Amino acid sequence: MIRFERVSKRYPNGRDALTELSFEVSAGEMVFLTGRSGAGKSSVLKLIGLLERPTRGQVTVNGEDTARLPSRRVPQYRRALGMVFQDHRLLMDRPVFDNVALPLIVADSAFRDIDRRVRAALDQVGLLGRERVAPQELSVGEQQRVCIARAIVSKPPLLLADEPTGNLDAALAAEIMSLFRRFSDVGVTVVVATHDLPLVQASGLRTIELADGQLLDNGHRVAHG
Amino acid sequence: MASVANWGSRHGHALVSTTGHLARHGFATVLTVLVMGLALALPLGLDLLVRNVRAATGDFAEAVGLSVYFKPEVTEARARQLAKSAAERYGVASATLITATEALAEFRSQSGFGAALDALPENPLPNVLTVRPTPAAASPQQLEALRSYLSAWPEVDSVQLDRDWMQRFNAILALLLRTLWITAILLGAGVVAVVGNTIRLEIRSRAAEIEVTQLVGGSRAFVRRPFLYTGAWYGLLAGAMAWGLVASARAALSPSAASLAAAYGQHFELAGPSARELGYLALAGLLLGWTGAAIASQREIARSGPGHG
Repeated sequence: MIRFERVSKRYPNGRDALTELSFEVSAGEMVFLTGRSGAGKSSVLKLIGLLERPTRGQVTVNGEDTARLPSRRVPQYRRALGMVFQDHRLLMDRPVFDNVALPLIVADSAFRDIDRRVRAALDQVGLLGRERVAPQELSVGEQQRVCIARAIVSKPPLLLADEPTGNLDAALAAEIMSLFRRFSDVGVTVVVATHDLPLVQASGLRTIELADGQLLDNGHRVAHG
Repeated sequence: MASVANWGSRHGHALVSTTGHLARHGFATVLTVLVMGLALALPLGLDLLVRNVRAATGDFAEAVGLSVYFKPEVTEARARQLAKSAAERYGVASATLITATEALAEFRSQSGFGAALDALPENPLPNVLTVRPTPAAASPQQLEALRSYLSAWPEVDSVQLDRDWMQRFNAILALLLRTLWITAILLGAGVVAVVGNTIRLEIRSRAAEIEVTQLVGGSRAFVRRPFLYTGAWYGLLAGAMAWGLVASARAALSPSAASLAAAYGQHFELAGPSARELGYLALAGLLLGWTGAAIASQREIARSGPGHG
């Protein structure tokens, strides 16, 4: 599903975010990307989401070499991803329904399908009946769930989450993780970047640990020869 | 077929939501449309000015004429034949013969030199033919051609053509027309710039929304769509406003123009912008607005999006 082969990323300011990073995530698997701030977690997600392209190496998603994807095909590529952000990135001047419907609208879905699928997504995150509510009237946890509903509404095979529990208390964080587990159980590949180690350890799932843009294996950097 | 219907409904939705957005920001919309409307009204006003001046001076053009002085030996009967021949020529509205006898009688009655004229052995005045061109054949070149034609008659002594003022008048009209085109081009560019800047600011104020839309798979075309419709709406409304402004100005000036014409014993009514011109102006405004929005959105969305990797 996702393959990083000796991927390096250097930003225009000269900072090396990733160095020779290699890993794989299978279809339907749920993995955690961990590491301290600046370890390269967000860079990995940006490379998968095609917000950035690698400086060297190859990123393959769903068998597609992202480096060779022309710009005009990027929107279509992103429609096969669901993205969850720590800051939710909701449109505060639009009701919950419009926020969740956005991925379907950009994909030119029929209006009747949009209505049905938005309700289904809100039902999955426990917000059915709150369609007409403005996001600022919701709690932080509810806003995060709206963000998750938006990410899953188009049923993407791959879900990326960047610090999805960063602003939540332990109970809400566990609830969100439970949601992700449910998506994984039905075949969605889930990649969660987080520095919430207790949550990761409690899950018992595979962890890809990063430090200074490199993979750690039992606390040691993995070298490529 | 379903995807075409979806595409159509998306455009319809964008059109309606753009209308709602403009209505919610009514004051800003009115200001933008007003600036653009004034810019579009000026060329239309100038165009109407030129047309009205032409219409008002159409009678002057008819009044322009050539005085054809026949040689003294040309008889009145021959002069009448020549007058008939001149009247039949293309571009000639009328050819009026003033016979030597008529001219002498008029001179006698108006000058008060009756006794002196009686002392003359014979009538010293020639037969004179006054030729007036049709308005369509009153250009300097056409008048010169007519003068050459009449001068070539052996019975003609001389042809007098007063064309200096006509040349000046036509030069002024040509200058006005050129000014009109230059003004239209400059103000058209101004309209594009106003829309472009308005859309640019709007895109910047909605940068977060644009970023999210692109993150969930919205193409640049999708993101640009509402801004293009906004630009088109601005242009369309500005075109209608320009037409309304000029029509109002025409209504306000009409009584004064009629009074002025009446003072010269003429009937004149100011021509106003027609319904067809409303259509042209709205279309021109729409295209200018769309163009300004297209230029601004192309540039700004490429800068403000999350990037395509």
